[in-house]
Amino acid sequence: MRLLTHNMLSSNIKGVTNGFPLRIEIEKVVEKQVEFNPDFLKNMFPKIEWKALVNASHSMGYVELPEEVEPSRLDSEDFLHKFHHALLELHLEEGALVCPETGRRFPVSKGIPNMLLHEDEV
Amino acid sequence: MSSRIAQIRLVSSHPEVYEPCDDSFALVDALLADRTNLLQHQPALCLELGCGSGYVITSLALIVGQEAQYIATDINPHAVKVTHETLEAHGVHAELINTNIASGLEERLKGLVDVIVVNPPYVPTPEDEVGREGIASAWAGGENGRTVIDKMLPVADTLLSKKGWLYMVTLTENNPAQICLQMREKGYASRILVQRLTEEENLQIIKFWRDSDLQVAEKENKTVPAKDMESLLSDFHIFPFLRGSHDDSS
Repeated sequence: MRLLTHNMLSSNIKGVTNGFPLRIEIEKVVEKQVEFNPDFLKNMFPKIEWKALVNASHSMGYVELPEEVEPSRLDSEDFLHKFHHALLELHLEEGALVCPETGRRFPVSKGIPNMLLHEDEV
Repeated sequence: MSSRIAQIRLVSSHPEVYEPCDDSFALVDALLADRTNLLQHQPALCLELGCGSGYVITSLALIVGQEAQYIATDINPHAVKVTHETLEAHGVHAELINTNIASGLEERLKGLVDVIVVNPPYVPTPEDEVGREGIASAWAGGENGRTVIDKMLPVADTLLSKKGWLYMVTLTENNPAQICLQMREKGYASRILVQRLTEEENLQIIKFWRDSDLQVAEKENKTVPAKDMESLLSDFHIFPFLRGSHDDSS
């Protein structure tokens, strides 16, 4: 699971109002090279919750992203490469996503999060 | 111009996962027929709801290319694993999520998806067969095969971007003309890209897109002109004349 996906997932449990971002529990992180595509990054930037991405990449051991960011940074090749690495190249392979409100764990196995709910959570 | 799609010999399988069949082939044929438009569309985010074996999302990734990002969901945990294997065998990537339709994505992915593909569980079955575990979830569609389709359509409407397109498989028993009218009320134009009569099923692949004229009409509470409605419905009237052969139109 890429951090792009983490940035797009919220706790889906019935009644939860602050289900984003999901906390990341890490057992195994892998890095996979992805072709650099600046247009995609510029397109996605306004849709990314920046703080959630910074915290998620910190928890996965990558500390190169700035805490605060202005859209003008998108002109910097160096910044785009860091953004690219955090968003697309860091994978949570094994671990869990944890609902920030209820503490419910959604397991991530072989890179695939399981967001299926129990009957009493729907 | 030929384009690569997923190869059957590289599609992974599992006893509890639906294998690519006529409906999957028809959907990929529709994507191929619309390839030029898809490439011009330059989608950034593509999503498949109910990815099964991964045949369709893999083909979409091969057709559109890795400049876009792909997400695929399935309620069946075996299906997302099989899809992962199918993607890997073709050297393409999609993010996989084991979830019901797009549960967990609807809030943050709202209005961001440029292309959605769906081969829904469309087979008419007793209502209590819907949502069972395993392979039944791939086909059990409840009354008129519409139970899951009718849950998926509002989700697709939520997730699609302003320029978003939806490609969906339907069966004649699902009443596709009525689905198109329902989507029209939400501001979508539609067109049948492929229709196919197999031994058992009469399938349509329908493409939906947001039509700004329809959306204006909706806001102003105008009804859709009767002339347009006729041309929409006439698409469906040709089915009785299709016997024993299939006709792909692009």
